[in-house]
Amino acid sequence: MEVQERRARAVKLKEHVIANLLLTVACVAVAGVILIIFFVFREGWPVLMKYGPFHLASGKEWLPTSNYFGLLPLIVGSAYVTLTALVFGVPLGVGCAVFMAEIAPPWMNQVVRPAINLLAGIPSVVYGFFGLVILVPAVRGIFGGVGLSLLTGGIILAIMILPTIISISEDSLRAVPKDYKEASLALGATHWQTIYRVLVPAARSGITAGVILGMGRAIGETMAVIMITGNTPLIPKSILEPGATLTGTIGMEWAYASGEHAQALFTVGIFLFILIIIINSTALWFSQRKVNRS
Amino acid sequence: MQRAAFILLWCTAVVTIGCLVLIVVFILRKGFPSINWEFLTAFPKNMGREGGIFPTIVASLYLTIVSLIIAAPIGVGAAIYLTEYTREGWLTRVIRFATETLAGVPSIIFGLFGFAFLVTFMHLGFSILSGAITLALMLLPTIIRTSEEAIKTVPASYREGSLALGATQWTTIAKVVIPAALPGIVTGLVLSVGRAIGETAAVWLTVGGALRLPFSVMDSARPMTLHLYTLAAEGLSLPRAYATASVLIITIWIINSVADILMYRVMSRLRG
Repeated sequence: MEVQERRARAVKLKEHVIANLLLTVACVAVAGVILIIFFVFREGWPVLMKYGPFHLASGKEWLPTSNYFGLLPLIVGSAYVTLTALVFGVPLGVGCAVFMAEIAPPWMNQVVRPAINLLAGIPSVVYGFFGLVILVPAVRGIFGGVGLSLLTGGIILAIMILPTIISISEDSLRAVPKDYKEASLALGATHWQTIYRVLVPAARSGITAGVILGMGRAIGETMAVIMITGNTPLIPKSILEPGATLTGTIGMEWAYASGEHAQALFTVGIFLFILIIIINSTALWFSQRKVNRS
Repeated sequence: MQRAAFILLWCTAVVTIGCLVLIVVFILRKGFPSINWEFLTAFPKNMGREGGIFPTIVASLYLTIVSLIIAAPIGVGAAIYLTEYTREGWLTRVIRFATETLAGVPSIIFGLFGFAFLVTFMHLGFSILSGAITLALMLLPTIIRTSEEAIKTVPASYREGSLALGATQWTTIAKVVIPAALPGIVTGLVLSVGRAIGETAAVWLTVGGALRLPFSVMDSARPMTLHLYTLAAEGLSLPRAYATASVLIITIWIINSVADILMYRVMSRLRG
């Protein structure tokens, strides 16, 4: 009897230990986020407070060697490449998602899906390298200049964000209840009218979430952008000029930066981090709206 | 109207595939012929202008293995906790929000964090270990999400059967739930391998970039991605850059195919 009781207690203890161990392990992600925030802010805080966030964000020149840290050129550079990426990437991505969810024959889906997975898996340096050897000479040939430009960066980013936009948009199109489509067709609407009057509006929240997440990817991308945008921290007059982005500047300068310059790169990191949190929360809000409604 | 619209939609799909084909074919055509046994197993000479890429392959594998050793138990454990041990509540919401946040943070921010926390604050220096811990954090969201999905597809009757036979909760999970969910979990891990091999920015700021064969986890190293960047950005050797890019593309293609095959098995078993 006593042996049995002891064994039962041992089993209970073991179950208890395992449950707590798993709880601890589940909290690692939370600890990771806290550590990331803490250390990026700890390093970037002094410069942020010394010059003030608004002064930094509106400063027109990035001259780190003379301790002048104006982030405006980097913000404008990031905005230009991201907008270019969206201009090319959104019509292509959403179009492709509609194609796959609605009109692609099964064999075509079996070709497109692995292709999109491979696009998503190709490392960003490989995209950057491809941009460097193909796109940079092409842009130089067509528009003149050096070829390293915000346009070049934007085009490569457009390809890189396609998988994000396509997969999330396609999922939300497929999640639209079948009755919507059947009702529309029964009313005599054509397939195309059903797509753009019923299905796309019904999937609007999810498609928006996909586009916003793609935008986040474009802003956060580093290696491809470093290799093909020229890394020139001046406020660009057009997208045909070279420029620098928030991410690219950190990547180009971290290796040799010291003192206040090194801290300033972490300050750039703080701006980037806050921007990404805002973007991702917006995307989350849109995708949750979809869930609540259905 | 419908005809024109559908032709346009076909075009978007063709352009998307066209981009991929253009990139892959262009790089492989110039790089694939230079890939041979010597290129893969020889040491680089003269900063990488000549010779092979052996140490960078070892560095990529080393980083991937160590980061998975760290991330796999944590990620799968977290997924088990989230699906088997708790109801949806404030804690799961916090954990889910943290996971989403980790998934969205740009790799250069992970790099800054690894550089400030691991390389400098923890005195780990530029090392495989610093890089692997940083990578492990980046892989966590994928592993947690795919493992959760896999565990959720295990029918409740499996658990009930096991519990009814007198097995404890942990025995049920270890002997019944995990084996049944294994193909899905492994698919997630395989995809993480692809991400680890392809990552550059975060690894650059934490592993350094020493072009030598890493032995201990405390050695600095240069994985293939970073080597490709150096070759291309510093204009050291274009042919070797093409070859390295080809090795990367082929590796990712193999990894994706393995994941696809695993996924196909999971799906066909689900259909019964």
